[in-house]
Amino acid sequence: MAHQNDLNLKATELRLGLPGTDESEDMVSTAKNNKRASPASVNDSGLNSAAKSADNETSSASKAQIVGWPPVRSYRKNNLQPKKADSETGIYVKVSMDGAPYLRKVDLKVYNGYSDLLKALESMFKLSIGEYSEREGYKGSEYAPAYEDKDGDLMLVGDVPWDMFMSSCKRLRIMNGSEAKGLGCAL
Amino acid sequence: MAQSFPEDVLVHVFSFLNCDKDRNAVSLVCKSWYDIERSSRRRIFIGNCYAVSPEILIRRFPDVRAVELKGKPHFADFNLVPEGWGGYVYPWVVSMARAYPWLEEIKLKRMVVTDESLELISKSFKNFKVLVLLSCEGFTTDGLAYIAANCRNLRELDLGESEVEDLSGHWLSHFPDNCTSLVSLNISCLVSEVSFSALERLVARSPNLKTLRLNRAVPLEKLPNLLYCAPQLVELGTGVYFAEIQSDIFSNLAEAFLGCKQLKGLSGFWDVVPAYLPAMYSVCSRITSLNLSYATAQNPDLVHFVSQCSNLQRLWVLDYIEDTGLEALAASCKDLQELRVFPSDPYDAEGNVTLTEQGLVAVSEGCPKLQSVLYFCRQMSNAALVTIARNRPNMIRFRLCIIEPRAPDYLTLEPLDTGFGAIVENCKELRRLSMSGLLTDRVFEYIGTHAKKLEMLSIAFAGNSDLGLHHVLSGCESLRKLEIRDCPFGDKALLANATKLETMRSLWMSSCSVSFGACKLLGQKMPRLNVEVINERGPPDSGPESCPVEKLYVYRTIAGPRVDMPGFVWTMDEHVSSRLSRATE
Repeated sequence: MAHQNDLNLKATELRLGLPGTDESEDMVSTAKNNKRASPASVNDSGLNSAAKSADNETSSASKAQIVGWPPVRSYRKNNLQPKKADSETGIYVKVSMDGAPYLRKVDLKVYNGYSDLLKALESMFKLSIGEYSEREGYKGSEYAPAYEDKDGDLMLVGDVPWDMFMSSCKRLRIMNGSEAKGLGCAL
Repeated sequence: MAQSFPEDVLVHVFSFLNCDKDRNAVSLVCKSWYDIERSSRRRIFIGNCYAVSPEILIRRFPDVRAVELKGKPHFADFNLVPEGWGGYVYPWVVSMARAYPWLEEIKLKRMVVTDESLELISKSFKNFKVLVLLSCEGFTTDGLAYIAANCRNLRELDLGESEVEDLSGHWLSHFPDNCTSLVSLNISCLVSEVSFSALERLVARSPNLKTLRLNRAVPLEKLPNLLYCAPQLVELGTGVYFAEIQSDIFSNLAEAFLGCKQLKGLSGFWDVVPAYLPAMYSVCSRITSLNLSYATAQNPDLVHFVSQCSNLQRLWVLDYIEDTGLEALAASCKDLQELRVFPSDPYDAEGNVTLTEQGLVAVSEGCPKLQSVLYFCRQMSNAALVTIARNRPNMIRFRLCIIEPRAPDYLTLEPLDTGFGAIVENCKELRRLSMSGLLTDRVFEYIGTHAKKLEMLSIAFAGNSDLGLHHVLSGCESLRKLEIRDCPFGDKALLANATKLETMRSLWMSSCSVSFGACKLLGQKMPRLNVEVINERGPPDSGPESCPVEKLYVYRTIAGPRVDMPGFVWTMDEHVSSRLSRATE
């Protein structure tokens, strides 16, 4: 089967990249840095040169996502939720408030952090909780948020990092400020 | 002039011909054979719904009982085909309702199906038996209610992985009490609950039910109820495989599975709790098909379960199986023919599972019947690919996705040309190939030289120049479908191989370097091709002719240009220039 080995295309070559870039250079640099985001990765709206240079600087974890890559069907992506090791403990927790006739349930995953959660609780139970301080807890407010942790102990909300709280909180309890004094006192 | 055979005899002989290739050959012999064949053809497969029109179909084949249609190009699965592109089944249903009152089967893939279409189907075909909707969209559970209510002899309802707007779970209750004909029911794609009591009653009154695939909303505690109603099941898709750990749930489940002596296939397993996997141990040795690709179980639970299935022929699983799991698989499942390993976390560049090329090599060594592979991983080497190729010359489908685009051989940092070259050279029966990683024009030279049986090729982020595309188009004699994205292929190879495109079903090229001018030229020169340009950012003539088009879809057709194109699709033919200038007025 006779065909030319070279269609002499370089002269008229239309390129995927921007003018002034050289495809072969890109590939060599990719070969050396196979963990780096591909410099010529393009999504359908087209990366401009600013994004391209930014790509070279950022780590692979935060690289721009390419449309349709890797080729996983959206059906599959939507149906698969990667399981965290501790998600079996449930992110839905009961919330009780002293004196309220019935409990509520909240999904901790929905909140970005403590202030988000507390705002939601304030709105759910129509009360105010006030500012957290490490020394004095929720001093001065009518109500204080507490939670029961994995060991069954009653803890003040806000002492530990949010992620740790999410994985150890079993249920929430909104206590009267007067009762909560014991939890929030400085030593 | 001797008459060869009476017509009756020919009809009888032709009734033994079931495959299209044979029937097509027979119809070319002479005019009378053509006429006899066309009136006796009952099953039709149309791989591209725009290659032919309903009118042409009906004119040639007057008495069809089963139709299979495919719509959108394969890359639609990865969101590369914009919403509203096309693939509407309604015009087909309208025409077939008139012409084929005895139609029994409709199978659709990647098509837009409306409730209107479903209603029309349910009311037009008195003997309707089989409805299969794979990766379809556009309908709601109201449409399903029509099918349930009106199709008296429904045998198969398979919703595949379609996108269904879930309006309520009550559509299932529309199956009349005297409907007892169901053989296969797949509702796994439905999001919300179906009425469990209606489902239970339906299953209980369907003695021929062989396939039942539940949706996620069916709770695990209720699964035994269904298994007791249908111990004859051959294929089961569980609902959610999650429940609080309670011994009575486990024992109920185990006992129910004990009764399922015919079970050969399992799927489902959403939110799987590994503690409940052993409940199925009694059926494992009979299982030939196992889809754990939604099961987020990890080793050792995962590999322990899979290893119980010594007669496994097909396994779909997440990369939680890891290399160690695949090594165990290779040791215990000697009948394995198909393996698909999906990524648990596709967007994490590093990955947190130890699944490498080693796992695939192990399976290729240990499983002599392995012929079909889909494998997502984060590293690959030429050495591994060469080993796999030498181990498995019987490979028919090989689809490898290395998550990082243009990733080289991680050991040598070279392109993976040699590795894929070994695959096409050793696997002489290879029909389907998807490649990834760092690839130069060289790999396409290997493909063009060796892949003579290759029918479908998928390429992404590969090649250096038009030479690559030219090798494929000029060398792959059996090529039917070619899909390309983000490759530096342009006008020359495409135009030089224009006639090749008439021998193929379709060509897709997106984010490549094909110019608007070349598309116009191709469309004008090749009247039996539809050359469609997809440009979402504006008409293709808004820039110079040398400007590359965003996406190009070329397919052979006898139906002429589409009449249902959305605003972002332009067909390239002799009228294109005037059409474009009119559009901007």
